[in-house]
Amino acid sequence: MIETETLGVALGGRTILDGLNLRFGQGGITALVGPNGAGKSTLLHALAGLLRPARGRVTVEGLDMARAAPIDRAKAVALLTQSERVTARLTVADLVGFGRWPHHKGRPGAEDHRQVAEAMELFDLTALSGQLLDSLSGGQRQRAFTAMAYAQETPWMLLDEPLSALDPRYSRDLMERLQGLTRPGPGARSVIIVLHDLSAAARYADRVVALKGGRLVTSGPASLKLTGEMLSGLFGTGLAVETVRGRRLVAPV
Amino acid sequence: MPERRLLLLALGLVLLCAVYLGWGLRAPYGFILSLRVTKLAALVVTGLAVGAATILFQTVAANRLLTPGIVGFDSLFVFIQTTLVLTLGAAGFASLPGLAQFAAETACLMIAGLVIFGTLFLRGSGDLLRMILTGVILGVFLRGLSSFAGRLLEPSEFAIVQQASVASFGAVDRTELAVAACVLVLALAAALRLAPALDAAALGRMTARGIGLDHDRVAMAALALVTLCVALTTALVGPVAFLGLLAASLAHAALGTWRHRLLIPASGLIGAMILVAGQTVFERVLGLQSALAIVVEFAGGLLFLTLVLRRPAR
Repeated sequence: MIETETLGVALGGRTILDGLNLRFGQGGITALVGPNGAGKSTLLHALAGLLRPARGRVTVEGLDMARAAPIDRAKAVALLTQSERVTARLTVADLVGFGRWPHHKGRPGAEDHRQVAEAMELFDLTALSGQLLDSLSGGQRQRAFTAMAYAQETPWMLLDEPLSALDPRYSRDLMERLQGLTRPGPGARSVIIVLHDLSAAARYADRVVALKGGRLVTSGPASLKLTGEMLSGLFGTGLAVETVRGRRLVAPV
Repeated sequence: MPERRLLLLALGLVLLCAVYLGWGLRAPYGFILSLRVTKLAALVVTGLAVGAATILFQTVAANRLLTPGIVGFDSLFVFIQTTLVLTLGAAGFASLPGLAQFAAETACLMIAGLVIFGTLFLRGSGDLLRMILTGVILGVFLRGLSSFAGRLLEPSEFAIVQQASVASFGAVDRTELAVAACVLVLALAAALRLAPALDAAALGRMTARGIGLDHDRVAMAALALVTLCVALTTALVGPVAFLGLLAASLAHAALGTWRHRLLIPASGLIGAMILVAGQTVFERVLGLQSALAIVVEFAGGLLFLTLVLRRPAR
């Protein structure tokens, strides 16, 4: 379980998150939604222990993330940030291999190679394994980074807007893969994901956490909480949740 | 195989050293060889240090167009020389104890480098633009001060400053060289120990931290090594601005790998090869008609412009 206790984060003297008390139970997909500047990415970074709280604390399975050693943090959660520029000329296999860093610290063994191969297969990257990152499309690149986060073999995967560079086909493909990862069973992952695609949140998320201005607006099961009224209030514009062919979709009205 | 290419580079350097030592050698052999060995060692130490330091710096700065000289080491070195000549006079400057001057210059350059790198990296967490601007402004400020101080000098004193401000491998003190070589060996060993962490650091600060790397600590350790290497060589032979850029770019191109355990020695070897080959051509072919550092800066400057204009910043 990930818990935040009166979590407050300030950046450059400005309060970004203010007094958040949250509990993320294991399993399933939790979508973080909210308007720009709500503090979603900041929350994700704070959950990963990469931002030191100004107040309160974050624990992952009891581990205080602000005090934990970097390697212990990286074994507890994998964070996929919005794509960073990589200066090294890496192949897809090299990049995914870096997901194993917390386990091998630069000296990969047989188990690491096996996990990398599994991650590449799972994200349909095996054919691209020798290709340089520079030569990939935005979608392929995003998949490679997601596979890297998967190879980290953590119980929690925190993903910051992984659909931002993806077309509808790859968005759907990635969300279905993530859904597959969270199915109960050995090695099941728990996913917390920042989404601007509210239809994707409505369709794939099990739970939702809505933020605005660094404060919690609501949280709970996505099927109950993601309503047109809540979303309209959250984003300050008319939004409706409709069911089309058995799928929930969010559309402006 | 990058490992094989690294071995070829090492063999290439050995060959170049042999050519430099043996070409046109005549009696008295012992005396001429001892002079050439000293100069060769200065060239190799400088090339290794600057080449290796540039790889470390580019990884931490996440930019392959930068060299450690961006923080104005060359300007600071010239400023130190000018101030010394201005305050002590030509005779006082000439009578300074060599090793003490070398140690003091190294310390000054190191302190300046660490203050700039440390302040900017700790406060801005790798704010590259701020670091570049600070370096450029500091360089302009120090050059302005040196230029002003230069106007106060007698022509003969100004000539001494001019001579001391251009990299020179001809009059290197053996004791200083031995100290620099010993420190460099330790610095290179530390850099190679840091290599796996630098591989991860090349992913970018946030991604590297996400996989468990203490990025800021690795960056500071790397920058301390960079400062040490550049300060040592600048105090030893003078500023060689673009050598690192040449060496690092060629190392990336020659090895085609991201592994720092190979890139660091490769860039160092290439740096040394450029200097040894250049010095050989100057001494044996061109009859010392110019200064090696000027040509290295010219070639490095052209490469820099080519890299900037031909491809996106990496």
